[in-house]
Amino acid sequence: MLAQFLQFLFSGVTVGATYALAALGFTLIYNASNVINFAQGEFIMLGGMLAVYFTMAGLPLPVALALAILIPAVVGVVVEKLAIEPVKGAETVTLIIITIGASLVIRGLIQVWLGKGTFSLPAFSGDEPIHILGATLMPQSLWVLGVTAVVVAALWYFFNRTLTGKAMLATSYNRLAAELVGINTGWVLFMSFAMSAALGALGGILITPITLTSYDVGIMLGLKGFVAAVVGGLGNGLGAVLGGLLVGILEAMGAGYISSAYKDAIPFVLILFILFFMPRGLFGGKSTDRV
Amino acid sequence: MKSTTIGILVVAAILVVLPFVAPNAYYLDLTVRMAINAIIVLGLNLLIGFAGQISLGHAGFLGIGAYASAVLPTHFGWHPLVAMGAGAAATAVLAGLVARPIFKLKGHYLAMATLGLGIIINIALRNEAQWTGGPDGMPVPAMGLFGFELSTDRQWYWVVAALLVISVWASLNLIDSPFGRALRALHGSEVASQVVGVDVVRYKVAIFVMSAVFASLMGSVTAHYIGFVSPNFADFFHSIELVTMVVVGGMASVFGSLVGAVLLTALPQALATFEGWETVVFGAILMGFMIFLPKGIVPTLAAKFGKGD
Repeated sequence: MLAQFLQFLFSGVTVGATYALAALGFTLIYNASNVINFAQGEFIMLGGMLAVYFTMAGLPLPVALALAILIPAVVGVVVEKLAIEPVKGAETVTLIIITIGASLVIRGLIQVWLGKGTFSLPAFSGDEPIHILGATLMPQSLWVLGVTAVVVAALWYFFNRTLTGKAMLATSYNRLAAELVGINTGWVLFMSFAMSAALGALGGILITPITLTSYDVGIMLGLKGFVAAVVGGLGNGLGAVLGGLLVGILEAMGAGYISSAYKDAIPFVLILFILFFMPRGLFGGKSTDRV
Repeated sequence: MKSTTIGILVVAAILVVLPFVAPNAYYLDLTVRMAINAIIVLGLNLLIGFAGQISLGHAGFLGIGAYASAVLPTHFGWHPLVAMGAGAAATAVLAGLVARPIFKLKGHYLAMATLGLGIIINIALRNEAQWTGGPDGMPVPAMGLFGFELSTDRQWYWVVAALLVISVWASLNLIDSPFGRALRALHGSEVASQVVGVDVVRYKVAIFVMSAVFASLMGSVTAHYIGFVSPNFADFFHSIELVTMVVVGGMASVFGSLVGAVLLTALPQALATFEGWETVVFGAILMGFMIFLPKGIVPTLAAKFGKGD
């Protein structure tokens, strides 16, 4: 009983950490520009696929991983420059279609370049499972959780203790006021896309040894990251992390105890219920409309 | 004559001439698909363009209609027309039930909720294989109409063309009715329309249910026309395609809906020649449209030539 529960919990938290990184990416871009970036999932896919490609090309693992984070970050910046900046202030649905267009381009290019196959990455420190109270934990899960924890701590430090981070935060509260005190908001937008793409890619790399990857994994991962961001209340960083973990855990529990066929539906059922009763997510503030 | 009346006559005239100039069966088939999509997009444009509400889950409703027409006659021996009506009724009930809580939401939260609903429907269709045939889909029995079986593309063409003209006419009338004016008012400012006595939630729910039923009915028509259904009818990407047709053609433009549906139904066919690069080119074209024609084709042209729609 307990062993089974722990087993589901471990796998839930591991996947949840990836959702959390994706949700943080959604949050960063949303705060900087009010855009929901539907291409976020493709950065997760890019991270995994590029890591596979560079390790197969014979590059040492650290170099391969660094490239697999750096390139998606550049792609994120290109998307921002080419597609988001020219349409500043457009309607929500226009922005949604633009980011979906971008995701199709990225996914299509990878499909042409690396094919439709499924790929894996060797685990970073072996496949010897760790036994805890009858449940097994893969060392790669520890990597996922450890790196996610470090990233979250680093982001917390960045936004609360550095001038650059505070400038980004200020822009998310009030763009005009931020501009008036001399913050370069265009640069904030640029940074947000680079950072969120890098976060997504990092998640994609870490999870690949466990869940495998292919050119089309980004769609579901991205949508679930969006669910996680909304669960936590859009724009709330801590909420995004907790939302990601919650979505991951509930998905694993649901798959284990209820129905594995409906595993992918669980996050969406969850979000409908949350939105029905708490229209701004679990940790979203109350909204007031300015008339 | 009013410009909208001329518009309807032009659409009707084009539809009458088309089957005689279509060079072969392939083009006739393509026009039927375009017309089906145009009707769905008309309904969706009432919701997105006129009422200003986003739905990223409309393919789910289309799926309900399509599968009602496949499952009920096959497993329970229902008459196709009754099955179609049952699908539409089920869609109306589902859309009505979720609409009230959903329309308390705004913007991205609304997008999330409708997207989630569509995905849940799609996953259910994929998983209930004993009824739906699972991911492989299932065949659909032919549609009989008053003892006469609709089977050839040409018969379907006339049915769908007639439905399209009726839908265009109905949409134009609806927009000019008090109901339509209330919708446009709440797009402009919800608070202001509330102040002048528009029951905002009731109108949003009504238009959502109506556009969902449009999608469901056309899902049934598609199922009978193609003779086969698969869960792809209801997938997320199809919802996106429908929304894209609305926006590319022009939000809040009836004739824009037609243009959007025609263009984006033809586009994937035209791109088939790009072997392997279809997705890339399709994505790039979507981005191009949104960047250079964010208001959509018809409103942009209308503004350019100084003529209202």
